[in-house]
Amino acid sequence: MREIQVKEISKIIKKLSIEASTIANDELIKKIEESEKIEESSVGKAVLKQLLENIKIGKTDKTPICQDTGFTVIFMDVGQEVSFVGGSLKDAVNKGVSEGYTEGYLRKSIIKDPITNPKNTGDNTPAILHTNIVPGDKVKITLLPKGGGSENMSRIKMMKPADGIEGIKNFVVETVKNAGGNPCPPTVIGVGIGGTFDYVAYLAKKAILRDFGDRNKDKQIAKYEIEWLKEINKLGIGPAGLGGKVTSFDLFIEVYPRHIATYPVAVNIQCNSNRKKSFVL
Amino acid sequence: MSIKLTAPLTEDKIKDLKIGDEILLSGTIYTARDSAHQKLVDLLKEKKDLPFDPNGSVIFYVGPSPAKPGQVIGAAGPTTSYRMDSFVNTLLKVGMKGMIGKGPRSQEVIDGMKKYCGVYFGATGGAAALLSKSIVKAKVIAFDELGPEAVRKLEVKDMPLIVINDCKGNDLYVEGQEKWVEE
Ligand code: SF4
Repeated sequence: MREIQVKEISKIIKKLSIEASTIANDELIKKIEESEKIEESSVGKAVLKQLLENIKIGKTDKTPICQDTGFTVIFMDVGQEVSFVGGSLKDAVNKGVSEGYTEGYLRKSIIKDPITNPKNTGDNTPAILHTNIVPGDKVKITLLPKGGGSENMSRIKMMKPADGIEGIKNFVVETVKNAGGNPCPPTVIGVGIGGTFDYVAYLAKKAILRDFGDRNKDKQIAKYEIEWLKEINKLGIGPAGLGGKVTSFDLFIEVYPRHIATYPVAVNIQCNSNRKKSFVL
Repeated sequence: MSIKLTAPLTEDKIKDLKIGDEILLSGTIYTARDSAHQKLVDLLKEKKDLPFDPNGSVIFYVGPSPAKPGQVIGAAGPTTSYRMDSFVNTLLKVGMKGMIGKGPRSQEVIDGMKKYCGVYFGATGGAAALLSKSIVKAKVIAFDELGPEAVRKLEVKDMPLIVINDCKGNDLYVEGQEKWVEE
């Protein structure tokens, strides 16, 4: 067994929280630059230039690139030969989030009682923690600050098996169309297909973690990713929804076997800030 | 060419603005989002004064991140506007002239802007570090307990905006997208 002190986890999460919100990934910068060249609408181009300028300011001033520093979603692949020592893993994760959001001057957006009491928890905890047990003795942590604007435009649908792949495609494209300028396009689209009601949403969220151009290993699904993205970019929504060619940067599909009677589909929309940071321990 | 505007606004200053006009906004504006809107409208219902003069006011839908020492304000980009739609006509009626946010408005709001002559400006969602550079002063003036949702008085200098809905009922989101859609 490999022992890992949970305080190490807190430290890493704190660092990832701050970095994810203030330092854009290189692949995003590259993607925006490429899109600025492809975009034909002049206001669309201007928006993309603003986003690049914004990323520069975020990095130099160590200011969040977007004020909504999100719900902190954490994916943890835990090697089955790892043993966490020195306290509760969940508490350690929340400690990291709390310190990162407080010391990093990030916005605290979490309301304690979702129904009645609009009182902020004050430190952006609790995080949403997805753990996944995998072979080996490593721990991979991926932190995704998820903004409310794009999350609100995400949809899930229990379709009929008879709806088929055309039905799914239409639902995905419709969802992006209905979202319009709300989720801060250009967006990244995560699609989950299969599993159960809960699992399909998880798949869609996992899909937005993939790097640009990292196609699904299944050739047919990879083809759908490219085709559906093309359809979406014909909608005319464009950067910031002001009209243009680049509505989404990329689209990723994750699948899982399904029950004979069900056909769950989820679309998770990620905004142009596309924040995510990983660390392997 | 960008059009320079100074808030508070008047009907004269905004009646000729057209959708797609690029604006550099200076002057005094106020922040309010979900909970603050509820509170503002409640105050009006109870016939009490608002924490700011609504006449000619511009409301920016934003919940900024905290300012670091030495900073005026943290990142400050727009939040999605539709959540405020049900409160807008009440505020237009008492003199509000401008709103800053992102994303489309309801028909009710668009009709309200026509009726009372108001304008909806779009700021680029996600460009919050950039937008914060145009904020030169910030002060919480009401509902401090709401944290990021408190009402702030901001002094802005050349904030880059675009006219999404003008006084005539036009909508840049609709027209912009129609122009670029491929059948
Ligand atoms: S949806 Fe827009 S405002 Fe919300 S976090 Fe993303 S970029 Fe920021």
